[in-house]
Amino acid sequence: MAKLIGGLGTSHIPAIGGAIHRGAQQEPYWKPFFDGFAPIHDWLGEKKPDVVVMFYNDHGLNFFLDKMPTFAVGAAPEYRNADEGWGIPTMPPIKGELDLSWQIINTLIDKEFDIVTCQEMLVDHACTLPLKLFWPEGDCSVTVVPVCINTVQFPLPKPGRVYALGKAVGEAIKAWDSTKTVAVIASGGLSHQLDGERAGFINKAFDLQFLDSLEGNPEWATQFSVHELVEKTGTQGVELLMWLAMRGALATGGGPKVRRVSSNYHIPISNTATAVLALETV
Amino acid sequence: MSQPLPKIFGTTPFDGEQAQKGYALNKMCFSFNSADNRAAFKADEEAYMRQYGLNEAQAAAIRARNVLQLIAAGGNAYYLAKFAGMFGLDMQDIGAQQTGLTKDEFKAKLVAAGQ
Repeated sequence: MAKLIGGLGTSHIPAIGGAIHRGAQQEPYWKPFFDGFAPIHDWLGEKKPDVVVMFYNDHGLNFFLDKMPTFAVGAAPEYRNADEGWGIPTMPPIKGELDLSWQIINTLIDKEFDIVTCQEMLVDHACTLPLKLFWPEGDCSVTVVPVCINTVQFPLPKPGRVYALGKAVGEAIKAWDSTKTVAVIASGGLSHQLDGERAGFINKAFDLQFLDSLEGNPEWATQFSVHELVEKTGTQGVELLMWLAMRGALATGGGPKVRRVSSNYHIPISNTATAVLALETV
Repeated sequence: MSQPLPKIFGTTPFDGEQAQKGYALNKMCFSFNSADNRAAFKADEEAYMRQYGLNEAQAAAIRARNVLQLIAAGGNAYYLAKFAGMFGLDMQDIGAQQTGLTKDEFKAKLVAAGQ
């Protein structure tokens, strides 16, 4: 059976793509963010995952309001990035992992998550940037199963439901008949708000408590409604749902313990409180 | 019907009501993923807005490049970002405009949130 080694989380601010493109990682503005990845690169170098399941939210590249799935799972041999309209560099295509896609799809439907499946799917910066951040050298060799969670149009899925979805994905990975090594990734957050008179809202105290909770008390944030999460983390801070899904995936089989490999929290990049985290299943 | 949710200052959750109201505006902004469409808009903004059926409030907000008015007209932050990006505006420009701060003041506010 496949081996699930752990979970990663990172912010995915579009400007990161520009910084990587310019080679600005060591500039004073960017250094406190990029430096957080070094210990995780070492860990990934040791663990060498073959496949990642990426929990992310589309920002209006693949999905529009004409058809807006709450949960969508990619089942494509390859996923392409494309022009997102605001001038960030387009990333190279990423390879899919069809067998795991269908393993996850079959498991989720069996567990009554009636997801949308996508045999063609453009993936935006939220899916491509984490790969560039966690595997900065050369061409990224991991294959990917993207799982898109709606954070565009309310009502969004409830935090507890997202955690349960993650848990079901974790069970699917562990039951996958494969010798491959798998990691799950959360892309998004933490607290930030782009729109309205409250633009620029950041909540450091909540973010730090949330990050801590992921290690030993992973269901802590599921006590809040989506509306409460918007109030506490900002309209785009609700992307922390991705982190709940990632953590849920590590909580299978009675909830194995996790060890925090490394984490980093830095304010601000663009309008966002950024975080990076690696959790290893133990 | 469920109870209305408590208001959060300066925040407009993009719910079904907003999504219906802003459909034409957001559809136009979604089209700006394409460079050809961005060029067509810049060549003739009024014709492009008519093509997407924007209402008067939406068209006025587009003409004014005013983000708060665009949100009031049903705009969603993710699609509006594609519109703002066409003019080289970044998220601090947009944040400053919405909060009535200068860009430097807005950036200082972000830095202060980390102290």
